[in-house]
Amino acid sequence: MIIAVASGKGGTGKTTIATNLAACLDPPVQLIDCDVEEPNAHLFLRPVIRASSEVSLPVPRVDLSKCTFCGECGTFCRFNAIVAIGSQVLTFPELCHGCGGCVRVCPHNAISESSRVLGTVEEGVSGGVQYVGGRLRIGESMSPPLIRAVRSKASSKGAVILDAPPGTSCPMIASVKGVDYCILVTEPTPFGMNDLVLAVEVVRSLGIPHGVVVNRAGWDRGEMEGLCRREGLEVLLTIPDDRTIAEAYSRGEMLVETHPGYRERFLGLYERIRRHVEASCSTRTAQKQSMIG
Amino acid sequence: MQHAHGAETEHDRIREIVVVSGKGGTGKTTLTACLAALAHRKVLADADVDAADLFILLEPTIERRWEFRSGAKATIDKGLCTQCGECAALCRYGAISPQYAIDQIDCEGCGLCARYCPAGAITLEQRVAGEWYLSRTCYGPFVHARLGIGEENSGKLVSVVRHYARVTAEERGYGWIIVDGPPGVGCPVISSITGSSLVLIVTEPTLSGIHDMRRVADLASHFGVPSAVCINKWDLNREVSADIAECCRSRRIPVVGKIPYDRTAMQALVSRRVLVEYDPRCEASIEIRASWERVQALVQGSASGDGE
Repeated sequence: MIIAVASGKGGTGKTTIATNLAACLDPPVQLIDCDVEEPNAHLFLRPVIRASSEVSLPVPRVDLSKCTFCGECGTFCRFNAIVAIGSQVLTFPELCHGCGGCVRVCPHNAISESSRVLGTVEEGVSGGVQYVGGRLRIGESMSPPLIRAVRSKASSKGAVILDAPPGTSCPMIASVKGVDYCILVTEPTPFGMNDLVLAVEVVRSLGIPHGVVVNRAGWDRGEMEGLCRREGLEVLLTIPDDRTIAEAYSRGEMLVETHPGYRERFLGLYERIRRHVEASCSTRTAQKQSMIG
Repeated sequence: MQHAHGAETEHDRIREIVVVSGKGGTGKTTLTACLAALAHRKVLADADVDAADLFILLEPTIERRWEFRSGAKATIDKGLCTQCGECAALCRYGAISPQYAIDQIDCEGCGLCARYCPAGAITLEQRVAGEWYLSRTCYGPFVHARLGIGEENSGKLVSVVRHYARVTAEERGYGWIIVDGPPGVGCPVISSITGSSLVLIVTEPTLSGIHDMRRVADLASHFGVPSAVCINKWDLNREVSADIAECCRSRRIPVVGKIPYDRTAMQALVSRRVLVEYDPRCEASIEIRASWERVQALVQGSASGDGE
């Protein structure tokens, strides 16, 4: 079962929820940090890294001895990553999406592929938690292929908790697409509520079952509760605004270790999600069977 | 990076401050809104196009809107498709299902399938990926945008927003552009900072805050843009704050502000008000005003460099 932890707004507590949830569960459990731009889960789990590998994207390499500067490659490429000008072929590897089109359209077989490093994937262990995390190379703009590489390490056994990047665009989608459940972490501020609505729109359009964790609760006058009721969102867990929690976080400490009662609350959260996922799975199976029947 | 041809002096006269953080939720938008209230003769821009929040505090009246057309997605005409499998074999994004439907999320719009479909059944269609706006606010003109849910090319939309903010500043003869940046270090952040006058990094004294600040500071130096740091809630963890200051010193990045943990900031936010206006006398407001003075001095080149 894959559970993603996402939010529209950054800094609402995704990593706190993801790492604490993973740390409470019985093995096998895996924590996958998909926030490859600013990975933070390792700061809390402090895993022992066992393996690290580079992830790259194929980009064109032109053999000038074969090239006739016909310009076919540049005409084809929609990302302006290759262009023939006079007796030169310029490539802009940072713009390349790695589709392989230029290689294929070149009438003279002058183009082959080299690679551009997007970042690294690290795998390790932290107590009973298997850790996987990606790290985008500084200066690299394209994170979704790296996120997909990180996600490809998801285990088919046990619980997989996935820490997603903030926002609602391609990096967030690449992280949550196809998961069994998505926890949306928010805070009761106008920013938190605005971005929650956007994130809900994303998970609904992807057909992902979801629920809400309200962090730093206690600031609003019932607006968050009203929003969740109007939108039909289930509030799975509420964490009060508490400076001692913020201080523990600042030191990289785990809430389930510093604040009594939270282990049970996270286990309860997991149980609720597990029942949801099982219920929606059996509904889907029943639907399929009735369609076949 | 839209340098107006033959107008280098105009380009250089305008100072563009981009507020980023690496880590989300450190206070970018709260600080940007304060700068909006403090700076004179400025254009405001929100470059966080996929979770834009600055509008909530600036309460803009939209004066003009434009469609943002960018990228393309393939579609298969089922009537022409012979299900030969050529497209699926070529597609590196796994965007073509066994039923010959194109996954609109996975499709990158490269056009390889359309080019090689023997039946000519595939076409590429340009998309309206979002909208962008020029608005009036009581703080000045505001350029902002909304990227469609799940859309790509946020970097291009950021470039459009920044370009139009600059055009607006030039037209009106304003000297400042204040940009609320996105979190992270990827595509939209790169588009937000390249060619700007100063990257103002808002961080917080947490292990994540310092970790993410380092990465975004690396990014700024990778693109040759000067940066400065503002530590928000600096007294939440004085040890980590000292580490941040030390890290900045070793990198020669000036620390222009140390904003205290002040519950007034949260009260202002839930009241949808700009902090320095909501309570100009609170500790955080006092330090934010001082920080803005230091930023101005820094950008105008008269600061000694350490900002303290």
